[in-house]
Amino acid sequence: MDLIFEGIKKAFWLLVTGDPEVMRITFLSLKVSGSATLISLFLGISAGTIVALTSFPGKRIVVSIINTGMALPPVVVGLFVTVFLWRSGPLGFLEILYTPTAMVVAQAVIATPIVTGISLAAMQQLPRKLRLQILALGATRLQMVWILIKEARLPLLAAIMAGFGGVISEVGASIMVGGNIKGYSRVLTTATVMETSRGNFDVAIALGIILLLLAYLINLVLTYIQQRERPR
Amino acid sequence: MSSDRPVLETRDLRVVRGGVEVLDISEFAVHEGEVVCVVGPNGAGKTTLLQALCCLLRPSRGEIVFRGQRIETEYPVLQYRRRVAMVFQEALLFDSTVYNNVASGLKLRGLHGSKVRESVEEQMERFGIAHLRDRSARKLSGGEAQRTSLARAFAIKPEIIFLDEPFASLDQPSRESLMDDLQRILKRTNTAAFFATHDRIEALRLANRIAVMDEGTILQVGTPAEVMNHPANEFVASFVGVETILHGIVIEQNGGSFIANVSTTRVEAVGDANVGEHVLLCVRPENVVLATRRQDEGVSSRNVYQGKVKKVIPMGPYFKVQLDCGFPITSYVTAHSLEGMSIQEGKTLTASFKATAVHVIRNPQSMEQSLDQSINKGH
Repeated sequence: MDLIFEGIKKAFWLLVTGDPEVMRITFLSLKVSGSATLISLFLGISAGTIVALTSFPGKRIVVSIINTGMALPPVVVGLFVTVFLWRSGPLGFLEILYTPTAMVVAQAVIATPIVTGISLAAMQQLPRKLRLQILALGATRLQMVWILIKEARLPLLAAIMAGFGGVISEVGASIMVGGNIKGYSRVLTTATVMETSRGNFDVAIALGIILLLLAYLINLVLTYIQQRERPR
Repeated sequence: MSSDRPVLETRDLRVVRGGVEVLDISEFAVHEGEVVCVVGPNGAGKTTLLQALCCLLRPSRGEIVFRGQRIETEYPVLQYRRRVAMVFQEALLFDSTVYNNVASGLKLRGLHGSKVRESVEEQMERFGIAHLRDRSARKLSGGEAQRTSLARAFAIKPEIIFLDEPFASLDQPSRESLMDDLQRILKRTNTAAFFATHDRIEALRLANRIAVMDEGTILQVGTPAEVMNHPANEFVASFVGVETILHGIVIEQNGGSFIANVSTTRVEAVGDANVGEHVLLCVRPENVVLATRRQDEGVSSRNVYQGKVKKVIPMGPYFKVQLDCGFPITSYVTAHSLEGMSIQEGKTLTASFKATAVHVIRNPQSMEQSLDQSINKGH
């Protein structure tokens, strides 16, 4: 019990004193996971919308692959991204392994299927006839897609939350492709793992609490937008 | 009302889905300011017809001609869609305010500012939803939502409006008042309209012309009076509310009228038919008079039959009484008459109808052929 109490005390202390290392780690976590989420939103909403609005042979198989992708283990993603970015790998020439960019790539790979899957479900739950109604109102195909995305905006917020939640909390891929290099590619999760393995439970708990707080605050904002009273 | 030049014409329109032909219209046209009601049971192909005419689905064959120009080859689909409008059974509003919904069609056309505002306000006023301007579309009643949907469609000043059972999911009072408003607005704006409905009363109220559909084809086109009083075949007859349809064989021809055998009894009808010919005799329930005693004397009706009441069905303001006179016959009576004659199941009554009240469908077997010809000739 003392251990936890000490951890909380330490976390509070680190936060109020604005410990530069903790701040840097927190900022990098936000930057990496935020960028990865943005990329996944662009890719995932586009892919989800295309799959939802078109019909093609084998659509069910594609949907089931997307749904499987939503449960992609970060460690597996880390492994594949490492192999691809390895010096002798297909993308080795980019020389981005063990950089925050590699972490963004890995996290985007994790988040994209999550965002795609939820976007797909969000678009599919709109009434089918709505598309016809929008076209009948004189919309071009592009205008129709834009209106449909706007109509599905509330469930799409869930996609942002799930995508961000998935990557801010993952550790396997980040540690594998980022290397947990102090002052360079160390983020909240990788630092927590390291501090725990060193037996520095107070720092680990502090980092854990900051991670939780961060996830909570971001989801609070998104939830607020989602649940906000609609126009009267 | 209608001028000579059609706003929209279609020729040889076919839609095939999953290998099955779901629509087959040889020829049809709608004129300026004309309201055409497409009636038929569920699954008759009304929605498919409207969506095909609105270019929301691609027909397997045929052409749609808008003001003399063939759509797709001579006139772009998008431009055509921007000159027409469609309202569905569900209001299908956007998750925004009533104002934004009504404005949406105009905004999609790149319009903004006072032009949009004026048009939107005019339509909201017309449809009685001006007070709901800032309300979320999600918080509207069914009637209010459908009014918003109609206002949105009329805001773009369509040259043709397609209405796919817009009142089907509304309660009776909302339906009545909205139908009144729609009728008034269609007349004032002189907009051509295609109105699909399975409710013949709605069709009778709104239509300049009625097209009766079943199984993807148009069975009869005509004015409401033509379709109601001279149904082209048994299906149309039963759909437009002819309750008594008797199959008979002509046994006597008296120049202008004839007598047909219906099971074991004789029915007299005005019309031409040859002895030995098979005919369908249609009698509307409102033309059948019921009485408690046989009243041959002083009654101009030639067709008087005695029968037992099989069923009494309440129909709101009146009752439907089904009699078995050796063949089934149906009549409508008011609650007052029902009570006065103490009509109940099993009671013996006399039913009579005039020979002129019988609509004759000749040669029912070859009806399909003659119908095709009459539709092809025009309407």
